[in-house]
Amino acid sequence: MRRNSEEKENMKYDIVFAGVGGQGILSVAATIASAAISENLHVKQSEVHGMSQRGGAVTGTLRISDSEIHSPLVPLGTADLILSIEPLESLRYLEYLSPEGQLVTAIAPVQNIGTNYPLMEEVLTEIRRLPNSRQIDAERLAREAGSTRAANMVLVGASAAVLPLQPESLRNAVRKLFERKGSSIVEMNLKAFEAGRAAYAE
Amino acid sequence: MHAPLLLLGDEAVALGAVHAGISAAYGYPGTPSTEILEVLLRQAKESRSPHVSWTTNEKTALEQGLGTSVVGRRSLVTMKHVGLNVAADPFMSSALVSIHGGLVLVVADDPGMHSSQNEQDSRYFADFAGVPCLEPADAQQAYDMTREAFEISERFHQPVLIRIVTRVAHGKGLVKTAEALPEKPLQKAPAAAPWILIPSNARKQWGERLKNRPELRALMESHPVNELKLENTNRELGVITTGLALAYYRECQSELKRPVSHLHIGAYPFPEQKIRDLAATVKTLIVLEEGYPFVERFLRGVIPPNIEIVGKMSGSIPAQGELTPEIVRKTLGIPSMQGQKLPGGLKLPGRPPQLCPGCPHTDSFHSIKAALASFQPHLVTSDIGCYALGAMPEYNAIETCVCMGASIGMAKGAADAGLHPVVAVLGDSTFLHSGMTALLDAVASNTNMTVMILDNETVAMTGGQTTIVPSPRLKDVVLGLGVSPEHLHVVTTHRKFIEENAKLIRQEVEHPGISVIIAVRECVETAKKKKT
Repeated sequence: MRRNSEEKENMKYDIVFAGVGGQGILSVAATIASAAISENLHVKQSEVHGMSQRGGAVTGTLRISDSEIHSPLVPLGTADLILSIEPLESLRYLEYLSPEGQLVTAIAPVQNIGTNYPLMEEVLTEIRRLPNSRQIDAERLAREAGSTRAANMVLVGASAAVLPLQPESLRNAVRKLFERKGSSIVEMNLKAFEAGRAAYAE
Repeated sequence: MHAPLLLLGDEAVALGAVHAGISAAYGYPGTPSTEILEVLLRQAKESRSPHVSWTTNEKTALEQGLGTSVVGRRSLVTMKHVGLNVAADPFMSSALVSIHGGLVLVVADDPGMHSSQNEQDSRYFADFAGVPCLEPADAQQAYDMTREAFEISERFHQPVLIRIVTRVAHGKGLVKTAEALPEKPLQKAPAAAPWILIPSNARKQWGERLKNRPELRALMESHPVNELKLENTNRELGVITTGLALAYYRECQSELKRPVSHLHIGAYPFPEQKIRDLAATVKTLIVLEEGYPFVERFLRGVIPPNIEIVGKMSGSIPAQGELTPEIVRKTLGIPSMQGQKLPGGLKLPGRPPQLCPGCPHTDSFHSIKAALASFQPHLVTSDIGCYALGAMPEYNAIETCVCMGASIGMAKGAADAGLHPVVAVLGDSTFLHSGMTALLDAVASNTNMTVMILDNETVAMTGGQTTIVPSPRLKDVVLGLGVSPEHLHVVTTHRKFIEENAKLIRQEVEHPGISVIIAVRECVETAKKKKT
């Protein structure tokens, strides 16, 4: 976050999302965006639908600021956070990450490219060697919360510590996203969210 | 005033249309335009109005919109850029009739071809037809311009084309909405002649349109979105942006060494006088536009020859693909920031889109490959849809993909030229969209070819919209086109039946005439959605 000590500097926080089509990365973006709006912040978001969602690499951006945002896309070298739901995909957009930026990723791989997928240890080592990265076992934590489908909300929880947003706004956004599906689904996703928060703090 | 809503550009268009009091909306699914009608369908389900439906193709969608207009009501028609090629016939002539109820076409371009077979720029189409065109830069403008487009359409008695691009259609931003207008009353057009385009009337109508041209130009010349800001301190450089390019320009404007004169264009015909006013104060003009060099190309006819133009035609900006913040920064002389690199230099493999695990197309491709292996050479033509992914390694099952429905026409052409066997492979919705007419040609000449309709009971690629003819009735449609019942087969495509279906394909390939095999099994994604 470029919240500079000089008074004039505005708050501006850029996120690049990464994942594989079908993993629910767009819901992660939607949840964080909805939390930002509830705090009266400006928001711009970009996503790509269609053919690329068929099991291919999927990316999106979310920009949060206390003043007007123009471009939906994040320029190279300026993202504050890469939030990824798949370890290999987390490495695909590093050129967008600012030198101080952080990478938070789930570690369960989507192995749909056969033998082209590098050795897991190599992928995780690359992530570990970045200046500022965090690996979250989102799938396991989601399973413990009730369903692996909540892995994306674990990721929202894990990012809570670094986002310029109140945890309560994020919780409310999780509630809002799932309220149509009933209270037990809401509770499960909130549990996943808290598990992600705790995992980041560890 | 309501609280601002976070909307996709597509959703903003839909809401703008509802608030403009539309009575109807029509379209054919196509990325990145699909969400517009999906939002409207949800709205229609809740409140019974407006009338919203997916149509067989973009041509029928636009014709239905014209019908709404002739009885005095407003309608929205949506499609992706290549859909306008299909709708080009009604579109070009709709420019001549006397539009009564406002008619607005939203066409979503896909520069960079995220999910398309070309990156044509629909502003050329608006110019070609001689209709006004609005080009929003973000979701707020998408909302505002959709509302405004209906007013312009009724004032100038022409359809208005709204051109959006992927990053506007699938970009989300906050949108402030205004008071909703009621529907227009049902009221037939005051005269029939302007709608009867027989030559004598058409000549009159075209003359009228040309006569109105100066008034339309004047409207766009003074349109607030076409904003000119002159910086008298900088006599060197001026910038023209169009549509989305405004966002990238604004983003880095504060990093420019000196203030720069700037003209934004979002409403066409573009404001020639403002361009001349800008050109009179600078030596070099940078033109930033998403898509083809539409404005850049026309500049030479508007500004003095001694002014240097920097853009896609000058070679400074890539002629292909999307604009990016980096391209805009580089063109403006602003350095880009350095991001991070892979610390260990791991080589990242690509992850292209692929058929879903369990996809019925997979089994169909295995059958087709097994059936044709012993025939060399053979040709498998294919089409627009998920099954185009059959071109990828592992399958390598298809050899062509050009435009909606082309598989059948191309198969006939190849068979007429003497190749055998030829198999055309296309989906149920693509067949209904544009394949039926070509099949009629093949039936008429009893062409020696086989058509495989992969019926997954949905429009899969765009997210599972309902096919216009339900799966069980597809057979009747094919029979109705004249295919003989002995050479029309409906089979289940499944791993269990790969060899059995291959045998049937071999048998029909050996039949010296037209044959059709409908291979049915529901899309795994649609089936999954039904369960949840």
